[in-house]
Amino acid sequence: MEYFTLFMGAAIVNNFVLARFLGLCIFFGVSKSLSASVGMGMAVASILTVSSALAWLVYNFVLIPYDIMFLKIVVIVLLMAGCVQFLEIAIKRYAPALYEMWGIYLLLIATNCIILGVPLINATANYGFLKSIVNAFGSGVGFALAIILMASLREKLQYADVPKTLQGLGISFILAGMLALSFLGFSGMIPL
Amino acid sequence: MEHSLIQHSIIILITLTSLGVVFGLILAFANKKMAIEVNPLIHIVEDVLPKGQCGACGYAGCMAYAEAVVINPDVPPNLCTPGKDVVAKLVGELTGKVAAAVEPRIAQVKCAGTHAKAAKASEYDGVQDCVAANLLFGGFKSCKYGCLGFGTCVKACPFGAMTMSEDGLPIIDPDKCTGCAKCETACPKKVISMMPIGAHVRVNCNSHDKGAVAKKACSAACIGCTLCVKQCPHGAITMENNLAVVDAKVCMEKCDNPACLGKCPTKAIKPAVLGVVPGSEGNVA
Repeated sequence: MEYFTLFMGAAIVNNFVLARFLGLCIFFGVSKSLSASVGMGMAVASILTVSSALAWLVYNFVLIPYDIMFLKIVVIVLLMAGCVQFLEIAIKRYAPALYEMWGIYLLLIATNCIILGVPLINATANYGFLKSIVNAFGSGVGFALAIILMASLREKLQYADVPKTLQGLGISFILAGMLALSFLGFSGMIPL
Repeated sequence: MEHSLIQHSIIILITLTSLGVVFGLILAFANKKMAIEVNPLIHIVEDVLPKGQCGACGYAGCMAYAEAVVINPDVPPNLCTPGKDVVAKLVGELTGKVAAAVEPRIAQVKCAGTHAKAAKASEYDGVQDCVAANLLFGGFKSCKYGCLGFGTCVKACPFGAMTMSEDGLPIIDPDKCTGCAKCETACPKKVISMMPIGAHVRVNCNSHDKGAVAKKACSAACIGCTLCVKQCPHGAITMENNLAVVDAKVCMEKCDNPACLGKCPTKAIKPAVLGVVPGSEGNVA
């Protein structure tokens, strides 16, 4: 039950994009196309889970015992950069169509705040190993949910009569704000 | 655990190095194992290109053009303007395509409005950049078509072929200019344009103002008097909106005695001689 609460908390109540405002670069960049967004959501979810697991292991078995916690940001950056690069190589080989669709955004997530933030939060929050994996996976699913919602809305926007000054990113930001407002309704249900 | 400074430093060194090595090895292994087949011809073609990344071919950099010319059978091998005939032939040989002759071009500055000759309409004291100056009522000169002289084009040249002279006009080095047209795109007044190498004359003015107005703004202006048009027996010069325009191809093919040069009252038409040391009258710019 505890794991379910943790998962729902990370995915919906404290959604990393809509409630904690991380990962906006990928969020706005890739949500122009629904198929690219589905792929990106899955990629982010998998990267978050893997790098959170690795980060937890390194933090608890290397950084804490040797009293070098101040290196956590550097080490986690190293871990996630390696993970993202590995993912890029794998995707290029096994799913080249997806690779073409993401374009530059795959490399952008290598240094994105959400990819740094989630492992960092998990590693330092004193969860057990399994809990931190569930938390990370929940964050990934939450991100995927948010980006898929946004992409579906943006695709509908193409048929809408948007004023010239707001076209493109302008109306997307407004829309994202409204989405965030609606997710605000969940706040407090599962405390952080 | 209490560690001394030295112990701490060693631990940090070992931790970060080993993490880096582990990940490096994983990535290297993955790179080998999951490598995809990239056509090696693409790299060979890319090696041949001048790698100025200027985009004159219409592709996003030399690698993009190499990919396109190898993979796509419709892409001609002679799109690289800076590479000229040498590169076009090589690319053609490598990809098995026939290369049509690349027309070598060079940039020309269609303005003779030096500080001495062109009248100033206002004192400009702002950002020393042509685009910025152009935003304020079209610049500080009386002639709204003229070169502003702040050197935005000079900065845009990827081959270092341009310098700004003392008079406020850019000078183009004909040996270094590859005709990539980056300066043409950078100029907000569109004073620079590409000219085929070998043309005999060029009109050194960009002004579409009527005769009296143009002359008042700059003493070296083209006043649209059509004397050159009437003088040319081959019809290479036409008057477009108070500005003489030379059809370089006709001029190159048919002209053996540029009679237009003598007739111009303001000397706006000049010989297009390359390789002349830049002076105030005879420079290529």
